[in-house]
Amino acid sequence: MHHDNILTSKIQGAVSSGRKALIPFVTAGFPSREAFWDVILELDGEGADIIEIGVPFSDPVADGPVVENASIRSLEQGINLDWILEGLSEHRRSLQAGIVLMGYFNPFLQYGMQRLARHGKETGVNGLIIPDLILEEAQPYLELLQEHGPAYIPLVGLNTAAERLQDYARLHPPFVYLVSVMGITGTRAGGDQVLRDKLAQVQETFDCPVALGFGLSSRDQLEHIIDLVDAVVVGSALLTHLDEGKSPGQFMRSWLV
Amino acid sequence: MRRGYFGSFGGMFVPELLVPPLTELEEAVVRIVPDKKFEQDMDRICREFVGRPTPVYHCRNLSRELGFELFLKREDLAHTGAHKINNTVGQALLARHMGKTCLLAETGAGQHGVATATAAAMLGMDCIVFMGALDVERQSINVHRMELMGARVEPVQSGTRTLKDAINAALRHWIAHQQDTHYCLGSAVGPHPFPLLVRRLQSVIGRESRDQMLELSGSLPDMVVACVGGGSNAIGIFHPFVQDRQVQLVGVEAGGSGNPGDYHSATLSMGSPGVLHGTHTFLLQTAEGQIMPSHSVAPGLDYPGVGPEHSFLKDSGRARYAVVHDHEALQAFRLLSRKEGIIPALESAHALAWATSGKERIKPGSRVLINLSGRGDKDLDIVRGQMSHVGDGVSDV
Ligand SMILES: Cc1ncc(COP(=O)(O)O)c(C=O)c1O
Repeated sequence: MHHDNILTSKIQGAVSSGRKALIPFVTAGFPSREAFWDVILELDGEGADIIEIGVPFSDPVADGPVVENASIRSLEQGINLDWILEGLSEHRRSLQAGIVLMGYFNPFLQYGMQRLARHGKETGVNGLIIPDLILEEAQPYLELLQEHGPAYIPLVGLNTAAERLQDYARLHPPFVYLVSVMGITGTRAGGDQVLRDKLAQVQETFDCPVALGFGLSSRDQLEHIIDLVDAVVVGSALLTHLDEGKSPGQFMRSWLV
Repeated sequence: MRRGYFGSFGGMFVPELLVPPLTELEEAVVRIVPDKKFEQDMDRICREFVGRPTPVYHCRNLSRELGFELFLKREDLAHTGAHKINNTVGQALLARHMGKTCLLAETGAGQHGVATATAAAMLGMDCIVFMGALDVERQSINVHRMELMGARVEPVQSGTRTLKDAINAALRHWIAHQQDTHYCLGSAVGPHPFPLLVRRLQSVIGRESRDQMLELSGSLPDMVVACVGGGSNAIGIFHPFVQDRQVQLVGVEAGGSGNPGDYHSATLSMGSPGVLHGTHTFLLQTAEGQIMPSHSVAPGLDYPGVGPEHSFLKDSGRARYAVVHDHEALQAFRLLSRKEGIIPALESAHALAWATSGKERIKPGSRVLINLSGRGDKDLDIVRGQMSHVGDGVSDV
């Protein structure tokens, strides 16, 4: 069933043309309210396969300082889910990439999960990554999302046990996201045997593509694991790049080689 | 009922990377806490180190003036001057049984940080405490206390640079250091199993009080009153009385200045349900689900969330929750000092003020038990700074 999802086909398309899918993450409203949609359009034009839009939250426990500061700046500019979904309804037709919203549960909960599923679908959101909504807590919403809304995309870690991976795999998500570090976003990835083993286990357990993220700042880090990865998520490094006034295209080209 | 839920409140809303350490803790609570050896160790530590049981004191002077019988559960007499120590020695002992070598804590004003550093020193464990940078400045004495006992204090520069950000930082640190570190959470908040674990360790307050009231006055109290920050001292004294339906349970929240538009900490009374720090509970938040800053003259009540079991007790009607403002708490602070020779913590003064301010009509002759969660020496600077605004509230009881 997940093969119907554009997120799966986007990643598979990249893989079958001999490269890794690239998933840039940008906090909504970054680097500024005015520049944000141009950044998204440029990332898309430069070949992003999926774009993750960060929904800002005041207390992002899974994030390091770069994403947290972007989140605070975004809140100060009045960015919220309405702004994001309105922007999407305006720009979605011009975007080739799959669109995923990544954000903490409370803003989604207050918006209303029913409403989010409906408006998300209407505006072309293909998936949701909610770092603090683990399997058990997601249960009440899975049917809703499966039938009407964007797909629930699980995050798993280096310390996620085999049986739990199987529980997540039974959801048949469009892709699964492996957190590459025992830490928060922006933590420098170690890249050792543990990561290789876990990647192999995740590939084995899930029947969907595997994306790797958190702490990736250069392609060199991926050298010894690249064969086990289908897609790469880059967040903090991109935000830092944009904040230095450099272009999204320049960033994409350094990753798409 | 779903695991870790109190009605529709509670749960485990955390990053997947925290599921293994929380599951490990949940299993340890079931396996280790009921064990004879653990119970004996706890008993000894409570008696010899914490100074339990703490007494219940009948305030004769104030009772005469107020027209009802006022009793105080004297948690201010516990080691380090507050109930926080009941939780930290229990969690520290549990952590050691689990083979952990380091205790991790968040702290706002520093009370829980000091209590954790104390337990760590006593059990020979390492200790690291995250504290908002703003609080590090405001509470330098407590920083010094923690460091004296060997803890490392990490100022947190993110967000509002206060307690809620210290919790975020502690959770982040725990993700990376779960192998050898136990997160000693300071109140009955956070993801499952913390609300249950903290209740279990703080219930000693209510168990002792229940026996002491029966012994002192021959019957149960008519009301049990406690201040509610995260809600640990309140759930600790409430829990053993929950089955006694005739006993009214009253939680008192901090209303701040009371001026419209000013920040406050009256989460249950004025907030709405949402998810923060791993749990579904009442929160101070915007319509869009962003967490709002909180404020209270009592640093220990300054938190925009509350333990999920209190949300449940409010919803079910078994407990009720009231609001006391800064100036009322300050008045109660002076009142108890002057009339009974006990200087209460500003947090505890909120519970006291609910009964003594005269706003609440308490039936003459009723027996009111108040949890005096801590001593007020820590608050003298704040009180000195504030008293000039309040005037002299001592003589007009
Ligand atoms: C003396 C005292 N009472 C009460 C509190 C509030 O915490 P809780 O609601 O968890 O009891 C604190 C917190 O630091 C405290 O120090």
